[in-house]
Formats: sequence, structure tokens, C-alpha cells
Amino acid sequence: MTIEELEQIAKNVKQENEKYDYEINVCMDLACASQGADKLKDALVKAAEAGAKKVLVRRTGCMGPCSHGPLVRVDPEERLYRRVNASHAEAIVKSLGGAPVPDLQCNLDEHFDKQVRVVLENAGYIDPERIDDYIARDGYKALLTVLTEMTPSGVIHRITESGLRGRGGGGYPTGLKWGTVAKAADGVKYVVCNGDEGDPGAFMDRSVMEGDPHRVIEGMAIAAYAVGANKGFIYVRAEYPVAVSRLTTALREARRHGLLGNNICNTPFNFDVEIRLGAGAFVCGEETALIASIEGRRGTPKPRPPYPASSGLWGKPTLINNVETYANIAPIVRNGGKWFFNMGSERSKGTKVFALTGKIANTGLVEVPMGIKLREIIEEIGGGVPDGHTFKAVQTGGPSGGCIPADMLDVGVSYDALLKMGSIMGSGGMIVMDDTSCMVNVARFFIEFCMTESCGKCIPCRAGTAQMFTLLTRICDGVGTMDDLALLEDLCSTVKETSLCGLGQTAPNPVLSTLKYFRNEYIEHIVHKRCPAGVCAMEAIKSEIHSEVVA
Amino acid sequence: MRKNGFARHALIETLHTVQSSFGYLDDDSIRFVALSLHVPLSQAYGVATFYHYFTLKPPGKHTVTVCAGTACYIKGADKLIAAAEKRLCIKQGQTTPDGNVSLMVARCVGACSRAPVALCDGEVVGEVTPKQILEQLERWTAE
Repeated sequence: MTIEELEQIAKNVKQENEKYDYEINVCMDLACASQGADKLKDALVKAAEAGAKKVLVRRTGCMGPCSHGPLVRVDPEERLYRRVNASHAEAIVKSLGGAPVPDLQCNLDEHFDKQVRVVLENAGYIDPERIDDYIARDGYKALLTVLTEMTPSGVIHRITESGLRGRGGGGYPTGLKWGTVAKAADGVKYVVCNGDEGDPGAFMDRSVMEGDPHRVIEGMAIAAYAVGANKGFIYVRAEYPVAVSRLTTALREARRHGLLGNNICNTPFNFDVEIRLGAGAFVCGEETALIASIEGRRGTPKPRPPYPASSGLWGKPTLINNVETYANIAPIVRNGGKWFFNMGSERSKGTKVFALTGKIANTGLVEVPMGIKLREIIEEIGGGVPDGHTFKAVQTGGPSGGCIPADMLDVGVSYDALLKMGSIMGSGGMIVMDDTSCMVNVARFFIEFCMTESCGKCIPCRAGTAQMFTLLTRICDGVGTMDDLALLEDLCSTVKETSLCGLGQTAPNPVLSTLKYFRNEYIEHIVHKRCPAGVCAMEAIKSEIHSEVVA
Repeated sequence: MRKNGFARHALIETLHTVQSSFGYLDDDSIRFVALSLHVPLSQAYGVATFYHYFTLKPPGKHTVTVCAGTACYIKGADKLIAAAEKRLCIKQGQTTPDGNVSLMVARCVGACSRAPVALCDGEVVGEVTPKQILEQLERWTAE
């Protein structure tokens, strides 16, 4: 494969597409597919064949506003239809060239206007199982440019210049990480993609892997060239069977086109990727546990240092990045580091994909520039809290993050600002809670999660989370005392400071942040024995009062 | 196993294949895998019990899996689980005595935007209500 051949493929696809008068793109991501998007697509194909106009019906990845699904976009008019089902197919095909179908129109200008799409630029425009679609949208151009025109150190320089930080949650500068692995003297090195999206309430990585798998592979190949690795692994959760099959297809197609394998693009560079399945362990998102899991062992973390950059997979230098980090690489190489550097806030560059869920009108995937205010994301892009309820808190960072209250919504989103508020950026889950959510109960939910997901290797995490769970259950049941609260706070700091890996160190965050901003709810539970949100049943205390009355 | 060249590090991959073929991992198959890949039986058993995805008990004829990720929890997944537990007279993670229905709880299936979500025999159902779950269970029991 050469640049000329790549351009020829892109040209062919464009010519092929020009034969059609209209393109109907059907979102077939999990949320839309669960509402019959596959039947809808078949109906559209049938209706298009019966009609006189030349229409291309295409399956695509996630378009974003999942709560309005199943979604259909008609190009070139860029009409978006919502809540479409198979019975609407004929009406849509008939409306081509005329007025849009009135009942289905989706006006979400406010939702889309504030977004900037870098990682999701192809989502909703390409068929994830067709490599040609990806190539037609400048796919693999960055890889071939890198292989033929740039030195490995030049690539690392460009990534460093862009200011990209790891999108897995920690926010470690990507360029610096690549530089460390590149400097390691060992002959054998590995590149690993962390697709173990265990954070409940987040699905950005799933959407990228399912909707645009080649983007991840291209990012990994560029990384491998930069650090001098010949072998890569993508670690995917077994709970994402579609992502696994899309990636398998993508890898096969890439090999067939000579974009993976030996002597890629007639250069001495060899690289291939293998998929490894996770098996449902949250802790495997931690890099040393992930390495153990790829090696076929129990996913227990190891103390760092040594960092994987010097001693990782089978003791060799290993580069581990998140799916979204790799998805950012190709656009940075194509458009230059400065282009990326100019987006975002002072110390957090570029864009971030968030999975906006919970009590909010427009749930789905959004991609926003760093530094945007939380209020803009929730009220303008998300459309606010529905059903007349009031906003209470937004939870970011999953079980390792915290809850941010309403009066702090005017803070710009960045790694440092979120950390300062007692939460973390995390992988990008953003769960909105309204006045019907009890913050003590939410804290208990996360501690229960960390308790069951703790690998059991170090004591603070294994025993600490279990004790915290008992205390929180007591408070939720209405039998907690102020001494319990003091003990809980004490435990939080112990677990935070003495745990071995990130899971334990961040496990107390949901408790600490709710204690900081919603302390009065804890007090209500303990002193007045009532749950302000009406979630906790307080059954234990009710039966006690009852027995007193009877006595 | 042959696909992965009988490599010892392909233990998890192999167990996945076994589970997808037989539905669960029994003692014989774990022993066979450990022997073929030359890994200690303790390691094979350790891996099989460490990861939540692997199950050592045979599943029921039908499986309903309720997602208990954060978004689903906020939107009332606990009510779904309680309703199903009451109807089937079993706890989460168990199978009815007649082997007809298993009730499982998943960590997150990644369809958070349609929360709460349940999987009925692997098919994703979004914005599900306790009533829908009970209706599905009735259909399975009637079979």
C-alpha cells in the first residue's frame, strides 16, 4: 500500500458515492439497535429499491443523542430524524428532495452547536465494517505519512507539542509516556490499548471501538512506530461482543490492505495487533492488573515502580494508552500539534468525549472542547433535567470520582479543576442526578461496587471498603450514629493513603465528595432518621418505633 | 487452543471458548484446559473464579440479566431486581430450581443512555419497567 494507492481507494469510494442522489445513514449503535434499527434499515433498503431515486442506505456508528433514537440522517440535506421505526421508511424515502417528514424532525441545534468533533468525527458517517469508508475520510493517511516522511522522534515531538494527555482518567502527558518507552533499550516492546471500560455509566470507548475501529488501530500503529514496537494488544471487555467482532473485522481488513503485517507501505516497519478479552473485572483497567490479565493470570495489580514503560508485558517495555487517546493520534498527526494545542483550556488540551446519562433530557455521547463549563454541558447540550425536577449533582469519573453540586457548575472542565473539586476526569462518564437521588445511597452504591471489585491483594482496600459499606448501610437504614460518621471519615483517609493501586486510592472519593457537599443529608439520616430524597427505606428504625408504640 | 498455539498466556481466551460452547465451566473442562496449556490447576481455577464473567454453575434455559451500572441504578434498576427476585423466589445470581430461568446482575452493558436496561436471553431491552420484566418471566414460565 502506498499513498497513491490509498488516494485511489478514497477517489473510488467518492465516485461510487456520487452515483447516488441521497444517502440515508441509520445509526445502528447498541441504543438504537435495541429499538429495532436493524428492521428499520431493511425497510429503508426495500423502500429505496422500490423508489425512483438512487439512494444509498448505510449503517453507521453512534450519532450521539441516543435518547432520541433510533436516529436517521439524510444527506446531503443533513436532516436528522428521531424515533424512527420501520413503518416510517416509505415516508422518508418519498420525502427525499421535497419537504422533510414533519413528525420525525429532530431539532437539536443547541445540542450540536457547542460540540467539537475530533474523536467522533466519523461517527455517523462511515460504515464501521468497511475500511474503504474510513480511507475515504482521510483514514490511514496519517500512518502512511508517518512511515514515509517522519522519524520516530519527530512523531513523539508532534504528540508532545499537541499537549495531549491520557484520556483514561489519570491525565498523564502522552508525549512524555511515548518518549519514556522509546528510550528504553530493550529490543522487544509492546503497545497495548486499554479498552477495558469497566466504569459503570460510561460507554465512550465502546462507541469508538464499534463505530470507528480503524481509528484506534491507526493510532496504535503510529504509536508502535514512534516507540519501536512490533506487536500490539487490544484488551476489550467480554461484555462488548459487538466491539470485539468489529475490531476483528477491522484487523482482517487492515491486514488485507497491507496496513498491518510485515513491511507496511514498503518500509522496514512491521506491526500486528491481537485482541485479548477481559472477563469482567473492573480492576483490570489498572495498567499493571491489565498486563497480568493479558499474560493469562488473575488481574491483580503490582506496586509501581517499575512502571510498565520500563517493565511491562512479559517484563518488556510496554506502552499502555486508552482507546480515546489512540483515537486522537491520527487527527493530531494530520493537522499538526499546534492545531490540537489551540483547542481546550490552559493545561488540558483538545476535546473530551463524555457519556451523558442519568436524569437528563438528551442522554448520549457528546464531544466538547476542554474548558467548557459543566453548566453548558448539562443545561444546553444535555437539555437540562426533565419532568420538572431540579438538578442536584453530577457524578464524574465513575466509582473513582465524586459528585459535583449545583453551585459549582460554572467551573470549566479540565483535569485539574475536577481534581480540585474532589472528583476526577476519569474516562468520561457523566451521570446527572436530580432531587429524587439520595446522595448517601449513591455513595453506598459506589462503595459496594468497589468492595465487590476489589481484587483482595492489599488489606486497606479489601477490608476498608467492606467496613465503609457496613457503616454506610447503617446510615441508610437509619441506625447510624455520629460516631459512625467520624469513623467513616477516618477510614476514608486511611484507605486513600495506604492502598496499593488506583482502585483503592480513589474508592473513598464518592464518600468524601458527598460528605463535603451534601453533609446535611448524612446528618438528616443520622439525627432525624429521615431520607430527604425518599430513597432509603429506613425500615430498621421504623420497626423499632413501631415496637416501642406497641409496647 | 490450537488457534493460540497452545500458549500459556491464552488461558483466559481458552476459558472464554469453553464457556461459550458449554455455557459454563465445569471441573472436567478446567482440568482439561490446565493440562493442555501446561498451567498449574491452581492458576486455571484461580482465573476462573477471579473473573466475574466466568460461571461454574450451569445457567438456566432462559437468562434475564439486569444491568446495575450507575446510570441504571439511578433510574431504578434495584426495583427491577426486587420485582424479579420476588416473582422467581430466588436471589440474584441464582437459577430457579426447575432450571428454567436464571437471574443475573451485570455491572454495565454500555447502553447507559437507555437506562434502565435488561438483557433477556442476550437481547437488549432499554427503558424497561418492572411490569415488562414480569411479563417476560410469565411468557417463559408458560412455555
